[in-house]
Amino acid sequence: MEIDWFPLWLSLRVALVSTGIALAAGLWLAYILANRDFRGKEALDAAVTLPLVLPPTVIGWYLLVVIGRASPIGKLWEEVFGAPLVFTWKAAVIAALLHSLPLLVKSARAAFESVDRSYERAARTLGASEWRLFWRVTLPLAHRSIFAATALAFARSLGEFGATLMVAGNIPGRTQTVAVAIYDAVEGGNGALARALVLIISAVALIILTFANRWSTR
Amino acid sequence: MIRARLRKTFPTRPDSTGFSLDLEFTTAAGITVLFGPSGAGKTLVLDSIAGFVRPDQGRILLDDEILFDGATGVHLPPQARNCGYVFQNYALFPHMTLRQNLEFAVERKPRLERHRRVNEMIERFRLADPAGRRPHEVSGGQRQRCSIARALIGGPKLLLLDEPAQGLDAPLRAEFYEVLRQVRADFGTPMLLVTHDLTECFELGEELLILRDGKIAQSGTPRKILDQPANVEVARLLGVFNLMEGELRALDPGRNTSRLHVGEFDLDGPYFPGRLKGDRVTICVRPDQLRVSARNGRPGPNQIPAELKRTVEKPQGMRLEFAGAGGNPIHVDLAHSDYERQRNNQDWVIQFPAESLRVV
Repeated sequence: MEIDWFPLWLSLRVALVSTGIALAAGLWLAYILANRDFRGKEALDAAVTLPLVLPPTVIGWYLLVVIGRASPIGKLWEEVFGAPLVFTWKAAVIAALLHSLPLLVKSARAAFESVDRSYERAARTLGASEWRLFWRVTLPLAHRSIFAATALAFARSLGEFGATLMVAGNIPGRTQTVAVAIYDAVEGGNGALARALVLIISAVALIILTFANRWSTR
Repeated sequence: MIRARLRKTFPTRPDSTGFSLDLEFTTAAGITVLFGPSGAGKTLVLDSIAGFVRPDQGRILLDDEILFDGATGVHLPPQARNCGYVFQNYALFPHMTLRQNLEFAVERKPRLERHRRVNEMIERFRLADPAGRRPHEVSGGQRQRCSIARALIGGPKLLLLDEPAQGLDAPLRAEFYEVLRQVRADFGTPMLLVTHDLTECFELGEELLILRDGKIAQSGTPRKILDQPANVEVARLLGVFNLMEGELRALDPGRNTSRLHVGEFDLDGPYFPGRLKGDRVTICVRPDQLRVSARNGRPGPNQIPAELKRTVEKPQGMRLEFAGAGGNPIHVDLAHSDYERQRNNQDWVIQFPAESLRVV
């Protein structure tokens, strides 16, 4: 059987990029949530967590409203880059990001909050700026949970289906990720392809989760 | 020199009772000890000076620098305050070696300067051997010395210590006091130390601030406070006194005498300035200033018969616990040899030397 490897590479690429963005944005958000007191803090946390509990189709619909060709963001994107954002792999990245970000923010916030305050206080009395304190003290002390959370976020991005289908579509060779390709294969009666893709994606996810577990418990 | 005037209120909430800190002190002593029971606000004072906590009102001056001023809104961040802090758990960064912990504190200094300072501290605090190991791999004493070295390496103007000897066993404690005295001699950095251990106050304190319920109950040298507690609360907090209710029956400034009535007995004491005849007072006597003897007939002057309830073996001697006049517990500390001579007494009298009597 001839397997088209494109969906797998695309899924990996989407997951990698979205995890990278989730890591940068998630660590920042988590740090703010763990260390600052401001109005609407818990509301922000809830908003970030929302995609975890909403049906993916709801996220997809929201995304179409926000980044669709008729929306201000969609128009701006088209103006700057000369092509629409929806129904490209970049839209798949955004869909995956919305699902991986809450995982990261939740775990990283808990990890930051579990770092003993006296270490951060000590660093401050030793003249460390907040920036240096974060990179040299807080992050290294929380790195294990954050590694694990990153792996989890990556695995989740890899498996994103519903919202991806809605905003990136199912264009073979362009936006068809593994999850979408499996759906497509089953619908098209191609059981052998579906089985192969299912086995591959299961194996990849299992490996990632095993490592995540090992990191977080070591 | 530290001058601090602090006010901070925590309102009563469903999950916590309210607390308010309201105090003012100035100290220029080498080692100032903040003493008080838990919940008195000692750590809050330290944290306000370090800049972890922002007081509601007041002003904190370290030498000539304003660290905090409620009126003008000055509130320097901890980084800009130049105060070393030794934490109760030492707070050595667990992911760094002892050497890296020291280096962290001087990272922004030029390379050569950095090396010089780190090496100097390692040598002075005898850390050469464990320098390459992480905090959990070294002994308690080494951790402790490293935390002091780290707090000092940047050349702070003040060293704050939060119950640093808490939970240490006796030899480590003694070593720790020695290190602090050495630091005081070598660096001349003034220190403000929080403790609820009275021995520590006397071991280290040149100036003692007694804190109770967010206020300063008394300040002065430890000796002076022990000689004359300002009030019953302070006497109770120090926890070393026999306290008895009594009445002043006579006062004679000319002959420097007074007469105190306790239960059904009279005691002759020194003149107490500022008191009036007829005042109800609390008499305050240290257990080590009392004497005991066997009772022979009527008690003599300044003697009160008492019933021995219990003896407690202590490292320094014997503590005898009596029930005195009116059932008041009276404790007497005796040397072992004294006790051996008297242990077969049937009935006891306690002798109150006139100079041992104080009233609060």
